[in-house]
Amino acid sequence: MTAPRAIIRPMAAITTEVYTSMGLIRDEYALILKLLGREPSYTELGMFAVMWSEHCGYKFSRPVLAAFKKYKEALEGEGLENAGVVDIGDGLGVTMKVESHNHPSAVEPYQGAATGVGGIIRDILTMGARPIALLNSLRFGPIEGDEVPAEVIDRNRYLFEHIVAGIAGYGNCVGVPTVGGEVGFHKRYSGNPLVNAMCVGMLKLDEITTASASGAGNPVIYLGSATGRDGIHGATFASAELDEESESKRPNVQIGDPFAEKLLIEATLEALQTGAIVAIQDMGAAGLTCSTIEMASKGKVGMSVNLDKVPMREADMSGYELMLSESQERMLAVAHKGREHEVLNVFHKWGLQAVVIGEVTGDGLVTVTRFGELEAKIDPTLLTDHCPTYQIPAAVPAYHKEAAAFKPESVPEADIRKSLLNLLAQPEIASKRWVFQQYDQEVQTQTMVRPAQGDAAVMAPRGTGKGLALKIDGNSRWTYLDPYTGGQLAVAEAARNVACTGAMPRAVTDGLNFGNPQDPEVFWQFKEAVQGIADAAEAMGTPVISGNVSFYNESELGEVPPTPLIGMLGVHEHADRAIGLGIPGGKCQLGLLWCPLRKVPHEGLGASSLLAYVHGKETGLPVPPDLEKELALCKLLAEAADSGWIVGAHDCSDGGFAVALAEMAIALGSGLSARLPGEAFNYTSRADARLFGELPGRVLVSLANEPGSKRLEARAREMGLGFVSNLGESTEPGVLRVVDTNESVHEWTLSELQSAYERSIPSLMAH
Amino acid sequence: MKVAVIRFPGSNCDQDAFHSINDDLHLKAEYVWHEDTSLGGFDAVFIPGGFSYGDYLRCGAMASCAPIMNEVARFVKEGRPVIGVCNGFQVLCEAGLLPGALLLNEAQKFVCKDVFLMPINRTSFWTQGVDHALRIPIAHGEGRYVCDTETLERLKDGNKIAFRYVNQEGQATPEANPNGSVDNIAGVLNEQGNVLGVMPHPERATRAICGSTDGLQILQSLARIGVLA
Repeated sequence: MTAPRAIIRPMAAITTEVYTSMGLIRDEYALILKLLGREPSYTELGMFAVMWSEHCGYKFSRPVLAAFKKYKEALEGEGLENAGVVDIGDGLGVTMKVESHNHPSAVEPYQGAATGVGGIIRDILTMGARPIALLNSLRFGPIEGDEVPAEVIDRNRYLFEHIVAGIAGYGNCVGVPTVGGEVGFHKRYSGNPLVNAMCVGMLKLDEITTASASGAGNPVIYLGSATGRDGIHGATFASAELDEESESKRPNVQIGDPFAEKLLIEATLEALQTGAIVAIQDMGAAGLTCSTIEMASKGKVGMSVNLDKVPMREADMSGYELMLSESQERMLAVAHKGREHEVLNVFHKWGLQAVVIGEVTGDGLVTVTRFGELEAKIDPTLLTDHCPTYQIPAAVPAYHKEAAAFKPESVPEADIRKSLLNLLAQPEIASKRWVFQQYDQEVQTQTMVRPAQGDAAVMAPRGTGKGLALKIDGNSRWTYLDPYTGGQLAVAEAARNVACTGAMPRAVTDGLNFGNPQDPEVFWQFKEAVQGIADAAEAMGTPVISGNVSFYNESELGEVPPTPLIGMLGVHEHADRAIGLGIPGGKCQLGLLWCPLRKVPHEGLGASSLLAYVHGKETGLPVPPDLEKELALCKLLAEAADSGWIVGAHDCSDGGFAVALAEMAIALGSGLSARLPGEAFNYTSRADARLFGELPGRVLVSLANEPGSKRLEARAREMGLGFVSNLGESTEPGVLRVVDTNESVHEWTLSELQSAYERSIPSLMAH
Repeated sequence: MKVAVIRFPGSNCDQDAFHSINDDLHLKAEYVWHEDTSLGGFDAVFIPGGFSYGDYLRCGAMASCAPIMNEVARFVKEGRPVIGVCNGFQVLCEAGLLPGALLLNEAQKFVCKDVFLMPINRTSFWTQGVDHALRIPIAHGEGRYVCDTETLERLKDGNKIAFRYVNQEGQATPEANPNGSVDNIAGVLNEQGNVLGVMPHPERATRAICGSTDGLQILQSLARIGVLA
């Protein structure tokens, strides 16, 4: 091998066309020239382009994300690794993160969704944690109705079917259970579905690994699958809008190999146990570029890499292709010098490739060679710390002002009987059994409360008596009409959901899905929603410990509704006291707990499911949560479950009180009879607003016994919460009977409710 | 008494089997690597579920040719207890140690849910402790048991059907059949009765906190080995 040339020659002349095709703008290119003091090589330019893409560099979102306290502290301090771990006691930590894979899934649904799962698992794995649970949040265009043309409905069904299959295909094979999730539908997700995957891992607190390279002379080891030409510039692809050319970007989508990932999980955890690994990072977005640059930058060291040693699928790959490929199931590690064989041996035992491709250097430069030629020689901090950020002007959209001016009296009162059946059959609200039955929810044998059994999943990890409650949730209609309130509501509801299993909410990870941030109205949505999430997270004592931003979610039909998703971790001190919706088949006495609200705008009908699905109107403002009372409610639910006062709980959310009650009846397989307590429903004089109004902070509880109810009542009063113990009870005949405050009686048979709720999605997806 | 839990690359219920036997049954299990060639010192074999070698070929086909399978075959011949769950069942069929084969579910989709299993044979090593219908989870994409008519008759006549899928009332109805298996078959025994293949996961039903301990009914058979020896 000849010594690399000292002067880097561009492989191709760098013209405006070259850098714009990589997603850089003129000012950014000028900045690169200034930072380097010379023209970059073609490979270096590609490295800048991916590292400065929104996906990796967060150039539009970073200033806004500073609203997340912990994120800001971490950026200014020790780095994000330790910030991302929640100490649950007993020397154990939990780490979690959400990642989006929207654009790849739009053009290649199965692989796009599958590799989204793979990527987030590796993020958790490289913290040194064993992945113990997966969740996902999906959004699609309508799969029925006449809002969009028939061919669009067909396409949406196709995407739904294959994205779910991709998640199942990958998650089931790697042996991590998919324990929770949600699916939503809206016409503006047509053509740009959202696929957000969340992974949760557990680790010993003294075994947290780092991604910070250190120790000049330490070997740099490439681990996992060979590098191919797939996914080149995937991160850049994720940072642009979809258009008719997107289909031609199908080769930008990576192909997943869950078998390799499973081996990678076992080999990595085993190799970490040897103590020979100094640092490790996933090769996800921007592949070798991101891993070498970030590991060197974090450790303030240099790194030399000989690309000829990288395992490749095709021998003639150029340096540029190798640095930019996003082939899956790969990782980069730094080992202690002289102990590299310990790492190599473990990976070889598992049948995986592990090759020393370079070493840590003391010169502070990342040096990359291919065929003996210098491809890049660059200060890594130029790529990580100098990514420009943009302050975009925010503009309040006209629709928001119109929503604020909504008058509930402009819509006629809805028929109560028909509306409940209508709402239960809406794919957004209907049972997602068709989806979650395709996921292995139980492998690892730690799943205690499964999908449809509770408001959140509950894991009972072996080796500890504690439990983990997990949820991912978001409501884009609320966020669209009032992003600040929507952000707050998302946090409050996810917290309430984990509390409904008896857990105390502890931490948040978020997935922020928006349109083009350079559009001032979209930027306003983003800014407001983030502020709402940050304020609620602060008030609820659930710091945002990690997250993901996905912009440019738009297609011919316009930008997607703003969709911030909240992944919530709750902790049970005693897993065996966790509860679900209730005890199926048994007798039950129902109570209602609620947060009294000073102000209920639009009688609770604003931004509601009733307005959207029964009246076809998306307007009005959602009801803001009282965060102080929400926190009290969570504490009380945790106390009530732990003390055995309640045996089940269910949050009133989409479709309000009536939908929650019907869902409870369906879950328990029992008739229920309920009487609305006047003091909880005095915010309106409309029957439809009582039954379907969407007020935050309302929970149906299944009471254990009389003494427990008394204790609960006393505690609720002390905490300033509303409570009645005589909301209703189970009844023998299969009928749901609701007596309104005005004494009118509404009845449904259990079988008609079940049929609307359970058959909706399977019948739409049958073919 | 020591149970060998065979680990193929891609097995993903190996750790569940390990914990189930060690932590819930309080018996002894150890991993045996697919490249190993001896089962010396072991008294029973558990072939776990998962996606051995990725199952990119026919499910279980690659694993059936792994070096350790010669030893498993010896074990079978010697009449020692062997259980294959899910992918392990597929491996045993591919290896010719159990009759029949497992195909893609009738609904063409992976399915994970609880099912009810009625013990049909109640005299073999694995099933003699089972006296009522069990609630145990399934999680598979290719669990539709098929065999030719002659084999089916032989299974029936020889009392080698271990379990059938039934409804909550104990009836083997078409609705209770989650994958389209012939005759609602969920598990079968070999001629000698020492080898059991089941699609549902008994090792996932050994912790009360996870909803069912019915899997113990099957796995408790392992406790008798020490007593018998």
